[in-house]
Amino acid sequence: MRNKYSLFSLVKNAFSYHENWEKAWKDPEPKKEYDAIIVGGGGHGLATAYYLAKKHDMKNIAVVEKGWIGGGNTGRNTTIIRSNYLWDASAGLYDHALKIWESLSQELNYNVMFSQRGVMNLAHNLQDVRDLKRRTHANRLNGIDAVYLNTEQVKKFCPIINTSPDIRYPVLGGTLQRRAGTARHDAVAWGYARGADEMGVDIIQNCEVKGIKRNGDSVEGIETTKGFIKAKKIGVVAAGHSSVIANMAGLKLPLESKPLQALVSEPVKPIIDTVVMSNAVHAYVSQSDKGELVIGAGTDDYVSYSQKGSHDIVEGTLNAILELYPIFSRMRMLRQWGGIVDICPDASPIISKTSIKGLYFNCGWGTGGFKATPGSGDLFAHTIANDEPHKLNAAFNLNRFVSGDLVDEHGAAAVAH
Amino acid sequence: MFLIECPYCGEREQSEFKAGGEAHIIRPKQPTELSDDQWAEYLFMRKNIKGMQFERWVHTHGCRKWFNVVRDTSNDIIKAVYKMGEKPPTK
Repeated sequence: MRNKYSLFSLVKNAFSYHENWEKAWKDPEPKKEYDAIIVGGGGHGLATAYYLAKKHDMKNIAVVEKGWIGGGNTGRNTTIIRSNYLWDASAGLYDHALKIWESLSQELNYNVMFSQRGVMNLAHNLQDVRDLKRRTHANRLNGIDAVYLNTEQVKKFCPIINTSPDIRYPVLGGTLQRRAGTARHDAVAWGYARGADEMGVDIIQNCEVKGIKRNGDSVEGIETTKGFIKAKKIGVVAAGHSSVIANMAGLKLPLESKPLQALVSEPVKPIIDTVVMSNAVHAYVSQSDKGELVIGAGTDDYVSYSQKGSHDIVEGTLNAILELYPIFSRMRMLRQWGGIVDICPDASPIISKTSIKGLYFNCGWGTGGFKATPGSGDLFAHTIANDEPHKLNAAFNLNRFVSGDLVDEHGAAAVAH
Repeated sequence: MFLIECPYCGEREQSEFKAGGEAHIIRPKQPTELSDDQWAEYLFMRKNIKGMQFERWVHTHGCRKWFNVVRDTSNDIIKAVYKMGEKPPTK
């Protein structure tokens, strides 16, 4: 049994200069065979393994990761968590995740620094106002907290916003979800990894999948850089590289992988205590606990796996940020990076079985997967363990692209994709 | 960001162009005769290749003409540019 993190353990380890903390997870070599293998050691993959072990009594599980855990989009996103989606299916999915977030630190005995500082979405034109009011009503009918704010209320909630009617895209109002907020992204991966490892899950890093072995219509295992590993069930949670893995199994997915950028400023004293997003001008900003402004930009419109985007995208985002927050005009940006996001035609994820028995995909989260991490893992684990979807992810199947029953969150997702 | 050699205007910044996605997806002649699976394949399924991708671009802020590009999506290096209707390079 692993030592519990507590004030007592902190004090105890202080006496040995914090040099004797035990490892949070082992670094095992792969076994020959597993009951289930999760491909992709990001937050979603680790959460899937965690819930498979915890709720579905599967213990012989491996997570294979080509780099290091949490080193992909889990460590690259802007950590925004909210559930104010328009459609019922999305509201169910994302609010399921938000409810798990609310007690996740306690459950994992790992501080994921979940901070319900609220997320505000701004309206800049009449159509925005109508859309956001409609979404507020839809949210409340689904039991999700949402309020509509007028310009004065926006200013009161976040005083540094320029609400002058003279700017290019004036602030006409906004929505606020108070239960929404941010979390520490690395801690989510590490917390789930520690929890899964404790229940016997093998977390295998630096192990890249090179092929998926099929026997007719079912899977037999994966070829990796550490050799062949046999498995009856394979769950792929590879984000931007989902199509690459799908191609190995002879599948095609309705995805396009594109660069999405984010940047952080030099750290400053607390200046913005919430998250503000704006669909029309595509700028969103929050402040990390270190004091950096965390700014999210948009995607480039071409397919790329290069993990770097175009400067004009960043420039456009910073133009919008400066118009909305003139106070930031002298801030210097410290770092800027890109991640590869897999975008579905309807901007909703896929958590689904495939035409190949034992092969499951959790992908298509596009620009907004971090917020769903706990819910996604929980529902994907359910789908893998029972070979059928949970009612909350039934709508997010692969077959919707054939049936036409899309969950069209483009534009409704509160930020442009 | 990278440079694209427009076959009509010459080398320009990528931000002058708009990406049109995977090239050589032929619209079915009789969509009404397709099964839902075949229609989904045409409409939604993409190779989304990591490596050499044949793709369409349009010079939005220039000549506004469409053309094809062969680009390595793992590093954004462009290998070839050819006009619409021309045969894709085989090498």
